[in-house]
Amino acid sequence: MFSITVFSVLLVVLIGLGLYLKSVPIFEHNSFWHLITSSEWRPGNNQFGFLPFIAGTLWITLIAVILALPIALLSALFLTEFSKSYLKKWVFTALDILAGIPSVVYGVWGTLFIVPWISEKLAPHFVEYSTGYTVLAGGIVLGVMILPLLISLFVEIFSAVPREFRDASLSLGATKWQTSKHVILRKTFPGILAAVALALSRAFGETIAVLMVCGNLPMVPHSLFDSCYPLPALIANNYGEMLSVPLYESALMLAAFLLFIVVFIFNASSRAVIYRIERKFK
Amino acid sequence: MKSYPYQNPSRATWAEDYSFLNNDINNEDGQAFNKSYLKVKDLNLYIHKAHILKNVNLEIPDKKVTCIIGPSGCGKSTLLKTFNRLIDDTEGIKYEGSILVDDTDIFDKKTEITDIRKKMGLLSQRPCPLPMSIYDNIAFGCKMHGERNRKKLNQIVEEQLKAVGLWEEVKNRLNSPASKLSIGQQQRLCLARGLAVEPEFILADEATSALDPISSKHIEELFVKLKQDYTIILVTHTLRQALRIADHVIFMYLGEVIEAGPADEIFNNPKQELTRKYLEGAFS
Amino acid sequence: MRLKFIEEKIAKGFMIIASLAVFAFVVNIIYTIFRRGIPALNWAMISQIPAGGYYNGGGGGILNAIVGSLYIVLGSTILGLLISIPVVFYLNVYLKKDSRLAYIARLAFDVLFGIPSIVYGAFAFTIMIYLGMHTSLGGGILVITLLIIPIFIRSMDEVAQQLPKDLLDSTYALGATKLETIKVVLRQIAPGIATATLLSVGRAIGDAAGVMFTAGFTDSIPTSLNQPAATLPLSVFFQLSSPNADVQDRAYSAALILIFIVLVISILGRLITNYFSKHKI
Repeated sequence: MFSITVFSVLLVVLIGLGLYLKSVPIFEHNSFWHLITSSEWRPGNNQFGFLPFIAGTLWITLIAVILALPIALLSALFLTEFSKSYLKKWVFTALDILAGIPSVVYGVWGTLFIVPWISEKLAPHFVEYSTGYTVLAGGIVLGVMILPLLISLFVEIFSAVPREFRDASLSLGATKWQTSKHVILRKTFPGILAAVALALSRAFGETIAVLMVCGNLPMVPHSLFDSCYPLPALIANNYGEMLSVPLYESALMLAAFLLFIVVFIFNASSRAVIYRIERKFK
Repeated sequence: MKSYPYQNPSRATWAEDYSFLNNDINNEDGQAFNKSYLKVKDLNLYIHKAHILKNVNLEIPDKKVTCIIGPSGCGKSTLLKTFNRLIDDTEGIKYEGSILVDDTDIFDKKTEITDIRKKMGLLSQRPCPLPMSIYDNIAFGCKMHGERNRKKLNQIVEEQLKAVGLWEEVKNRLNSPASKLSIGQQQRLCLARGLAVEPEFILADEATSALDPISSKHIEELFVKLKQDYTIILVTHTLRQALRIADHVIFMYLGEVIEAGPADEIFNNPKQELTRKYLEGAFS
Repeated sequence: MRLKFIEEKIAKGFMIIASLAVFAFVVNIIYTIFRRGIPALNWAMISQIPAGGYYNGGGGGILNAIVGSLYIVLGSTILGLLISIPVVFYLNVYLKKDSRLAYIARLAFDVLFGIPSIVYGAFAFTIMIYLGMHTSLGGGILVITLLIIPIFIRSMDEVAQQLPKDLLDSTYALGATKLETIKVVLRQIAPGIATATLLSVGRAIGDAAGVMFTAGFTDSIPTSLNQPAATLPLSVFFQLSSPNADVQDRAYSAALILIFIVLVISILGRLITNYFSKHKI
């Protein structure tokens, strides 16, 4: 039993190590700095510029968080401070359903609803033409996917604030909203950051839903209506050709390694923060 | 019957030093001539159908320290929280009757809750500084009510910190977080915070039970000093505290008011059997 | 002065809109899938494997994917349970509550929980190459097992941590060995295991990125661990990529089948938790 536990813990290290070792070959020809700042992606010519993919990932996660954060904050505040308890059950059921929908179904929904909506209704106001397979589509779909996580984390954090704080603020004559804004949000700020970090790490790694709506063009996006090519999609789309071109495998493994490192850092630090906050309240 | 050793030493000295301030125009039952006025009429409170407060009828005398005493679970804190309608947020709450503050029924739909709460300052059992600096804690109430003038806020902060005796200790670190203060200082901070919105009443829910004896003494002395300007209603779990500082006493048991009256009457000559038993320590 | 009341009203309005937005999304997603999926749904879909030219409009169904997913989920759930249950026991029965190893282990599992399935896929792929495996059912099971072990451990651990301390103490006081204690603990956290299983199954069935290059894809039903296996999510994906409109419609009905299975599993999980919590102390 002990050994199984230790092995499982070591798995983290194993994954990181394995991916790193597999990416080493590519460093022999290119420096790390060059790899992440160049935009040339021509594996046949041994040119591996990761910038478009990194930029694509950053764009869609940013949009996802910008869209999801206000909705999550407002609804979590509503659930904990303003609403009656039976409403909570309904919203949590809806959130459970959202959380359970497989990512490929989100991708289907994206192609059936979001992409045409952008292409026909939204984009004409801004650009000449857009296929709809855009950064914006990826951001919206991703935003809906991280919504259940954000809301449940926020509700957990807000509910953990002891009653005395609300009592004190209300007794001074503040309204419920003033209390939420000035007391609750202020007190839970580190927790909010940690929750956002967790949601971000979840968003970075989302593969198939994003792959289906983002256009898969290896270019650095310059507007919401450009197509993009996030890192996970890069790995997923090119696995077939990987073994045929030398160094391609190493490049893809590097992409996977980058993802691993980012997710590791975000996850470990935000879990530590949340753990410390919960301990303070107990 | 044993006569209770009711001596309120602080009251005696205050009477001597500040007799010119002591408003003996009102009789011991402290009625009507002054501005602030709290009267409870036929109050019945239910939480999830459980009858928590039964037919409470009270008049709180103005500018005196009123202590609500009684065994735990008898509804003292609930009554206090009803005065500033803080119990409104409890699930399953239902109440009947009326509470008149300055001739307005606080249960009336038309009254603005935040105005009522402005009149009532609540001091909780556990000191609860808001997650901000000392300055911001005190200024919080005023800011919520719309006060923006920086100079006025500075003045209020200084005034209230002096009123609770904290000014000298914290005047050089007004912007440091309030949570760094000792627990006794925190409670005084909460009191100053409540005073900053210029209430008429101070409601204290076992405000000293979490404090060490020295800080408790500080707070009690503050209450005695403050009663010149505010009506103080104190829920206390320890009889001794009531003996020390009460002018007026209300004895509650299982949600009902058993007896209420001037302190030396209740302590030395209780009319109800239950009161006598409680005072003698038969239960607590 | 009145400003604060206006602000309260506006804020409340926005909050209600935000909460309604959650419902709006759920309804929209389910409605969109149902609307396009139901017309193309027929019995052949779930009872036949794809005939030749299926992706160009030929006949057949997605039985290959349904069975393939079933095999993978079954295999990985069994393997996952075999690995996770001992770990949870070790963490909660053998180790002290605040031991350093327990803290590090829990942190490690939290990190493993957050690793995206594509990274697991990449990692498993390298292992498979190292072991000389081709894309196969075995590879798919490997990846999904890795994926769901953290899910198992986290949910079971949460339940196990809430074990009343007296339970362990009283069993020891009666002179039970650690092994016998395990049986008692097992009884107590059985509902937790059930919910964790359902959670993991739901996650495992819907995952596409992990199995993409480890399980491969095929039109037939695998008969051994070395043969490639089709999975439902990939089936949806490939059908959707077809230029033929009929095939795309079939993709929607496949998505419908997938979402239906997942919803049934989560409702089942909810019912089981409710049933067991009635008998809890």
